[in-house]
Amino acid sequence: MPGDGVAIRQKVAAIKQKGEDRLRRLARFVRRPRASIAIAILGFIVLAAVTAGWLAPHDPMKANLSLRLEGPSRDYPFGTDWIGRCLLSRVIHGIRLTLIVGLGTVALGGGVGVGLGLLAGFYGRTLEMIIMRMTDLLLAFPYFLLTIVFVAVLGPSLVNAVIAISFWTMPHYIRLARAAVLSVKAREFVEAAKALGRPDFRILIHHVFPNSLTPLIVQSSIFCAQNMLMAASLSFLGLGAQPPSPELGAMLGTGRTYLRAAPQVVAVPAVGIFLGVLGFNFLGDALRDFLDPRLRS
Amino acid sequence: MILLLLGITFIVVCMMYLAPGDATVMILPNIASMEQMTELRREFGLDQPLYVQYGRFLARVIRGDLGTSWIDRRPVMSQVLDALFYTIRLAAAALTLSLVFGTIGGIASAVRHHSPVDEAVLTVTLIGISTPIFVTGLLLIYVFSFKLGWFPTSGVGSARHLVLPAVTLASFLVAYMARMTRSCMLEVLGQEYIRTARAKGLREVVVLCRHALKNALILMVTVVGLQVGLLLGGSVITETVFAYPGIGSLVVSAISARDTPLVQGCVLVISTGFILVNLIVDVSYAFIDPRVRLV
Repeated sequence: MPGDGVAIRQKVAAIKQKGEDRLRRLARFVRRPRASIAIAILGFIVLAAVTAGWLAPHDPMKANLSLRLEGPSRDYPFGTDWIGRCLLSRVIHGIRLTLIVGLGTVALGGGVGVGLGLLAGFYGRTLEMIIMRMTDLLLAFPYFLLTIVFVAVLGPSLVNAVIAISFWTMPHYIRLARAAVLSVKAREFVEAAKALGRPDFRILIHHVFPNSLTPLIVQSSIFCAQNMLMAASLSFLGLGAQPPSPELGAMLGTGRTYLRAAPQVVAVPAVGIFLGVLGFNFLGDALRDFLDPRLRS
Repeated sequence: MILLLLGITFIVVCMMYLAPGDATVMILPNIASMEQMTELRREFGLDQPLYVQYGRFLARVIRGDLGTSWIDRRPVMSQVLDALFYTIRLAAAALTLSLVFGTIGGIASAVRHHSPVDEAVLTVTLIGISTPIFVTGLLLIYVFSFKLGWFPTSGVGSARHLVLPAVTLASFLVAYMARMTRSCMLEVLGQEYIRTARAKGLREVVVLCRHALKNALILMVTVVGLQVGLLLGGSVITETVFAYPGIGSLVVSAISARDTPLVQGCVLVISTGFILVNLIVDVSYAFIDPRVRLV
């Protein structure tokens, strides 16, 4: 039927238009100075992390005692550390670890936290009360202290640090997700889905969750930065990744003895952590400005 | 509050109980016989079940006795109080610095919203937040101790010993404080009463100080309360970097030595401080904000 053809064409045009709008919004976002800095830094870091095995000129663990604390040279662009390991290779692998830790803790803590927060906000009543009281309790603890105790007890390792940090990220996500659900729950489309007889679980996943994503995305970027800092701090104190590992905090923790003799041993991993954290903080900031209409100029 | 403290100490006792390897392994040399190890365990009460250990701990705390350290046999109470004194001095110095500079930066940024000043403050504070505390500390040591030789690298003694740790700790807090002040001020500056004050023809300084800042203060008190957690975490690292004998470095070394009484004492004192500050923040609303009244 000819009428159908027109309708379909109109629909296709509408979808295209929507896609273009999205692209235009994305372009507008990328053009902001802080967003473009963030994307440049993060692009660089992700690229380094993904291609670490290929990009690093040397094995990050291989020591060469005849080349201890050397300055930058053509073979070793950033110099070597106290047992002659290539600093460039170590920092590339370290950035990869830091990135994995940041994203991993957010995925773990955020995943569980958002799940619990959605449940609490959607079902309310007793379930909500139990979950929220637990959350309040967790947030009332001096978390840095307990993370330290937690890691020290589980045994200092990067995996345990990730578990501990994820655990203390979780309550923040629970609160955020619950607040988002509460604001979405009363909207018409949720009511419509309920009236259509959709099961609760599907409403939660298909209707409530996608519409409460915005604040979660902004916070995830900031939490990613914070957790990277936290993990590096734990490693620096000797409670995270253990020495031969090219984790940036651990490199600094053991390398600081050589601060006077060979500052590059400290400077290289320091710049690595700084760039990673800065990238995610910039991104979070830019996203918040962009997505939060109240702050838009 | 007491419930919260009970919870925290119980978690710590549990954790130390579950932890693999206890203090006896750390204290006795490898050649010690099984009997000697068992005897030391009995002396420390490590052979008792968990609830007995926790009960004994509580009974001691109520009498105001935190026990003696397993490693060097000094009373925990005096060690913790000594360290606490140093930490409070460091924290007070850092907090003062960050309050002064953070507030000024935040106000400047909010008043000139969307101007180069605002952008500069936002960028600089973002860099401040993104720099790990130990990196700031090591950088300051390198520049001011090694290169210029102005300040000592570590330890305590004179006021000069306090400068680098305090600046390190503050650098982090200033950034947070400035951003928070900025967003609080922006919120307040958009209110009707600010427009009224301006319409009355008041000078801008009066509008800012008497009308805007006073109201932004209410929001900021909450923020300062939240800073305490950050301050605590930051001071653990700062103290380690500068070998500063505060409670943060004490707890880290106690944990690695598995010195349970010392860890418990530190955790108890730190948590009490943390909870007390939060309580003070809540109560102080009533004084700052006339809309809130204590029942």
